[in-house]
Amino acid sequence: MAITSDPPKGGFRVGMLFSDTRYRSLTFQAIAAILLALAIWYLGSNLLQNLAAAGLNISYDFLGEPAGYDINQRLIEYDSRSSHGAAAIVGVLNTLLVSVLACVTATVFGVLAGVLRLSPNWLVAKLMAFYVEIFRNIPVLIWIIIIFTIMTTVLPGPRAFRGDDPASTMFLGVAAFTNRGVYMPGPVFNNPLFAVGFLNWFLVIAVLIGSFFGARGVAKWATNVQFETGIRPTTWYFTVAIWLLPVVLLLLFMGLSWNIPELKGFNFTGGLKIGGPLIALWFALSIYTGAFIAENVRAGIQAVSKGQTEAAAALGLRPGRVMNLVVLPQALRVIIPPLISQYLNITKNSSLAIAVGYADITATLGGITLNQTGRAIECVLLLMLFYLTISLLISFFINIYNNAIKLKER
Amino acid sequence: MPIDTSAAFVRTSEIPPSPPPPSETGLVKWLRENLFSSVGSAILTIVSLIAIYFILSLAIPWLFNGVWNASSLSECREAMEGKVGACFAVLTERWNQLLYGFQYPASEYWRPNLALILLFFAAAPVLFFDLPRKLLIITAVYPFVAFWLIWGGTFLGPLIAFLGLAAAYFVFERVGKQNFALGFIGAIAAAFAIWIVGGGLIPDSASDNAMLKAVPSRDLGGFMLNMMLGATCVSLSIPIGILLALGRQSHMPLVRFVCVIFIEFIRGVPLITLLFVANVMLAYFFPPESTVDLFIRVVIMITVFSAAYIAEVVRGGLAALPRGQYEAADSLGLDYPQAMRLIILPQALKISIPGIVNVAVGLFKDTTLVSVISMFDLVGMIRGPILASTEWNGVYWELLGFAAALFFVVCYGISQYSQWLERRLATDHR
Repeated sequence: MAITSDPPKGGFRVGMLFSDTRYRSLTFQAIAAILLALAIWYLGSNLLQNLAAAGLNISYDFLGEPAGYDINQRLIEYDSRSSHGAAAIVGVLNTLLVSVLACVTATVFGVLAGVLRLSPNWLVAKLMAFYVEIFRNIPVLIWIIIIFTIMTTVLPGPRAFRGDDPASTMFLGVAAFTNRGVYMPGPVFNNPLFAVGFLNWFLVIAVLIGSFFGARGVAKWATNVQFETGIRPTTWYFTVAIWLLPVVLLLLFMGLSWNIPELKGFNFTGGLKIGGPLIALWFALSIYTGAFIAENVRAGIQAVSKGQTEAAAALGLRPGRVMNLVVLPQALRVIIPPLISQYLNITKNSSLAIAVGYADITATLGGITLNQTGRAIECVLLLMLFYLTISLLISFFINIYNNAIKLKER
Repeated sequence: MPIDTSAAFVRTSEIPPSPPPPSETGLVKWLRENLFSSVGSAILTIVSLIAIYFILSLAIPWLFNGVWNASSLSECREAMEGKVGACFAVLTERWNQLLYGFQYPASEYWRPNLALILLFFAAAPVLFFDLPRKLLIITAVYPFVAFWLIWGGTFLGPLIAFLGLAAAYFVFERVGKQNFALGFIGAIAAAFAIWIVGGGLIPDSASDNAMLKAVPSRDLGGFMLNMMLGATCVSLSIPIGILLALGRQSHMPLVRFVCVIFIEFIRGVPLITLLFVANVMLAYFFPPESTVDLFIRVVIMITVFSAAYIAEVVRGGLAALPRGQYEAADSLGLDYPQAMRLIILPQALKISIPGIVNVAVGLFKDTTLVSVISMFDLVGMIRGPILASTEWNGVYWELLGFAAALFFVVCYGISQYSQWLERRLATDHR
């Protein structure tokens, strides 16, 4: 700003450090650098003195020591003899699990509510506006607590399923909704390819990703044929086969079977357990963030000017194609960047897991481990580093996306 | 002209228009157009009506059978005689705890109440531009009065803090017009001179027999704590956020680098980790003998947090200004502070107001997170002392519903204000 090029007037005077635009920015930066260095030196020396006075040092050795606490909800093997580091990794995976689940469902809720809010149906539009306002104006922490309370007070305890004439019965005989969580049939491989459980699942995911690229290849081929001959070949059965066949074959080969939960003693065993805190957090985050996404979706659709729709109609496109080929591509350009930052918010808000006792990274590393070892600085720094890495990765992808879809003008 | 009488009948008057068919008027038309325009729409309407009926059939008996006078949950149940109903008695019995926390002295409740009423007077000149500018003096004095009212103790402390700032303003007004840098440095020097000299003049025993009884910060709680954190942190973070945004736009690489790192770091971590910092880590960075209140540490961290978000909003406003505005300011010969104060910021801030209000609402909602670091704000009071007490163990819905309703009223009010302001400030004619 304020770049003017005064002609040099004679020799250099000290006052020119402030008055001459050639030197002024250097002077200010030097002052800023000195102030910054002083601040860092001050804080650092305070830290060192305080640590020395408390007889502490900065060390990350505690990560290798046994943690001594159990975690109910976990994706990898872990018991109380595992190290604090392992507990932190369990926490990281739990954070990622609930974030990914909540991102998917929040998108569904948000898109539904956003589209319905623009519906010509007066009642539905008003209901959706009510949903959005209610959820946007009440803290997410209160929602998490309310939904967790609903789960624990409304659903029956496992003991209600006992006896000859139980108060509650399992859903279709295979799944039980209890106040401790949902017990569902869990998939088991009788003939696994890898000894470590999750590697098998990685294999399944890898095959699905292969199918995705295969299906895209087929679509590309169909488009090429269409360009050459003018007739698009029928490909849907190819696509279905590419999606289903490999993964079904792989699952059959690995001997997929279902482990159905059973009531033994006072609780269910076997099967797949989704703990109450996970469900409450998942649902609360999705329905809360869904309200914000609904507003983004509504804004995105409204941002496409009516002229676009009318122009498309004037070209003779049918209403479905107008939506798919003209409105949606332009609306997505507006919707997707704020959508991704909502995903980022979900990841950050998942740290409120600590309020309902879900063992995410904040509850393990920042909660129990911090309290047990007293290594506050190390734990909080690691915690911040984790969240920072995730946010920076996500913003990196936002930037790539924004550059890719930027309107190329002039 | 002879009339042809051979025709059997000729109408000589106009037929009065007949009324539209019943399906095209009034309520029926509205229903057909807005609720049953198509099969899908009809299904949606019916599903919504069933959902509304289901919720109301649960909520209305619960609300209207509510018991307002009882001293415990079991008394509530007796009074209800087996009917379904809410036990609002917990709100009446624990009203003061919900609003002020459980340690604020009951005889002093008028002080936060008065501070809240004064807050409306202090906020009004900022929120509504039509009011006379002279009223801004109330806004300037308010923080010190509110501090004195809520914390009590000697009034000399807030008075000297105010005098310091007043001196800084005076110096800046006198000198800053001619030379911005000199005025700026002079203002800081004047403020510190008054604070240091004045701080030395306050006797140590000033708080002992003060007009208002001193209340330590750890005795603050309830919804009062949420309001205080929200109001303090928003008002502190707006100027810091503006400075950070200007720093991020600066042409000096060092300043820009520091601001970018700061903003991205703060925005990349959840507020809860920053509250952990306030709770367990920040004390290590203060001088060894000092004891800084948890309240102040939390205010520092929340302010830093929202300043980073406000900086991004303001940066959006700065970026949205056409380049011509910057170039016009330069061509008029204004220097950087003048250009910013007179040309750029007034326009950029106007663009950013909705965003700033959004950040403020979000921040106010996020003040509930302090309950995680065992401060007893509204949510902390509910989850801690009230639900854990033997009398009220299990009264979830009434308490959580009350908290939700309080936050809804405040946040919805602020967002309505923001929409009014947006319409008010709109200068484009669309």
